[in-house]
Amino acid sequence: MTYIGVLLAITFVFSVAGLFVFVWTLSSKTPAEQQHDAEVIFQDVGQVEEPAGTTSQEAALQAHMTHSDTHPSPISAAELAALDRSSRVPFLAFLYGAMGWLIIGSIAGLIASLKLHFPDWLVEQPELTFGRIRTLHLNAVAYGWSAMAALALALWLFPRLLRTPLVGARFAVAGAAFWHMGLFLGITAVVLGWNGGMEWLEIPKPFTPLLVLGGALVGIPLVMTLVRRQVDHLYVSVWYLSAAVIWFPILYLIANLPGVHFGVQAALVNWWYGHNVLGYFVTPVAVGTAYYLIPKVLGTPIASYNLSLVGFWALALFYGQAGVHHLVGGPLPTWVVTVGVVASIMMAVPVIAFAVNHGLTMKNHWRALKHSPTLRFAVVGAVGYVGSSIEGCFEALRSVSTVMHFTHATVAHAHFGLYTFFSFIMFAGIYFAVPRVLEREWPYPKLIVWHFWLAFVGMLIYVIGLSIGGVLQGMAMVDEKRPFMESMLLTIPYLQSRSIGGGMMVLSHLVFVAHAVLLAFNRGPQRTGPALFHKAAA
Amino acid sequence: MNRHLDLVIGALIAIMFATMLLVVFPYAQLADLKPPKGLKPYTEAQLRGRAVYIREGCLYCHSQQPRDPKQTPADMARGWGRPSVPADYVNDRPPLLGTMRTGPDLFNIGARQPSRDWHLVHLYQPRAVVPGSIMPAYPYLFRHAREGAPGQVEVNVPDKFRTTGAGSIVATRDALDLVEYLKGLDHTYPIRVEDAESDTTGAPK
Repeated sequence: MTYIGVLLAITFVFSVAGLFVFVWTLSSKTPAEQQHDAEVIFQDVGQVEEPAGTTSQEAALQAHMTHSDTHPSPISAAELAALDRSSRVPFLAFLYGAMGWLIIGSIAGLIASLKLHFPDWLVEQPELTFGRIRTLHLNAVAYGWSAMAALALALWLFPRLLRTPLVGARFAVAGAAFWHMGLFLGITAVVLGWNGGMEWLEIPKPFTPLLVLGGALVGIPLVMTLVRRQVDHLYVSVWYLSAAVIWFPILYLIANLPGVHFGVQAALVNWWYGHNVLGYFVTPVAVGTAYYLIPKVLGTPIASYNLSLVGFWALALFYGQAGVHHLVGGPLPTWVVTVGVVASIMMAVPVIAFAVNHGLTMKNHWRALKHSPTLRFAVVGAVGYVGSSIEGCFEALRSVSTVMHFTHATVAHAHFGLYTFFSFIMFAGIYFAVPRVLEREWPYPKLIVWHFWLAFVGMLIYVIGLSIGGVLQGMAMVDEKRPFMESMLLTIPYLQSRSIGGGMMVLSHLVFVAHAVLLAFNRGPQRTGPALFHKAAA
Repeated sequence: MNRHLDLVIGALIAIMFATMLLVVFPYAQLADLKPPKGLKPYTEAQLRGRAVYIREGCLYCHSQQPRDPKQTPADMARGWGRPSVPADYVNDRPPLLGTMRTGPDLFNIGARQPSRDWHLVHLYQPRAVVPGSIMPAYPYLFRHAREGAPGQVEVNVPDKFRTTGAGSIVATRDALDLVEYLKGLDHTYPIRVEDAESDTTGAPK
């Protein structure tokens, strides 16, 4: 036991010391310098920017934002357009691939959801059984939609943030091809009955090198661009995005080492990996994107630039150990579970830093949501980050886990995180980026409204309903006086409401992807020429 | 200051730290676990059945890890068995602990329900034996034959739940293997002090 105590103490001291060292290095900068760093992303400070909005929306947004401090920064619209062109091909390759997986993945999710309350539906074909369709859903939305959308936005953001054209874009295009191939083969294998056997690691090992190679090939241009950058300061988004790109291949490689992991140790690696896909990949990409989009649309620098960097280091130090909370009450050494619980609770630090920062940035500007589709998606995503993470802190507590673990509440929580938080920020990024990259506007602004409301209301029904159902299920399960069947039967209405919410989400994705395809093929009404230029020319 | 180097080094330290704590240390601690005396190695049929369990995604709805009565008395009260310990899983690659209990925990299903016939009917049509169950039916693990032949295992499904009229319903090898695996899930043997050493709950040794 003493060695466990020492280990825990070391963990804590190391984490806190790391934060202090970092804060100390920051304090060597004056507030004016920090302000300057925070402004590095703008063309013109004080100028709103909303390529997904109509001209009138953008004008209303500008009128709403009464900036006290406006001044131009050294990059011109034409230079920015050239940066976007440098990442165009790999960006589109990843993005439209991601959209395809989103459609496949969310339809599979809906089928899996329906199967839980229609258990005799589609049972004749092994490929369509719940256990395989659910796995198709998870892998398609995690490695298809989420990872590819994240990489697409990273490829688009890097040249902008570093003011350097993307170096070696063709590596990233090759990476997209390998990633697609690995994922397609892996998911097909799972559906045909070849499953790796661990959650989040179902893709059979022979196909994983394709994904590692794909990821590494995307890393090359990002690293090369980082090294050749033409800005002095690395904006906070760069920190988050670069770290994500460094972390993911390491995680995936260690988790997939053949023949090493055994028994409960493998279960531990399973959740170390499974949660770090979220914590060390998906989360930093979305947080980094939010740190770019929200200030950019508003034309106002982030409220506290210092705080955003503290948030980054806190995330780096704490998130990595949080995954063990999936095994609270499981057959593992006590100290490991305790490490996981402590780290999960410490995650409140970066999350509160994020909440305070974006809350202050948005302060007095909530009405801007009316005028900006990008902002609407991004702010729902940011609120989703704070909400789902704080919920996650509580869920890690042993007493809460006793009720919520093993129930549909976990599934609701996963969607709260990956959908409300991550996917909404990705949607925001896509609505902002595609008009810039293709130099055309979204043809039907109404479809963006439809997408938003279908996804938003569907998500609320999904998350709220299933969370309630899951907690009730958990309460029935820990009450030994109630038969187990009761914990199953009482969830059925909530499983049904989940299918309704999920159906709305699927519909919203169809609207979204159809719109994006129309935009790509230049169909539909042309509005005011290339999105960027009606404002920048002014 | 060369800041992108700071960033890369910082990110690497963070992930190394997490890897040491959650991958390397537990590996070192658990590497020399011995199987408990009562734990039988899997038979060939059970291993094939285990592969079917994985292939069909049983673990997405069933856990195999009863909790300690000190955390919740319900798991043991439901007959799911004593809290499991790391040594129970030494033969498991990959482990199938599971994270959901849409259905009950199966760590000791073999002890609780030792009947092959019950399992076969339940797989063919769960609602034939558990009214209200939301488990999927697995008719594709069975074949329809005009009449049973020697050596085949026929399943006695009540007429109401048969998907075809006449003839017999015969279990495929996959179904039989899966049932072998389920019947083998019996961890009711006692745990020695040293097996329980790393028990999560700090139960009395």
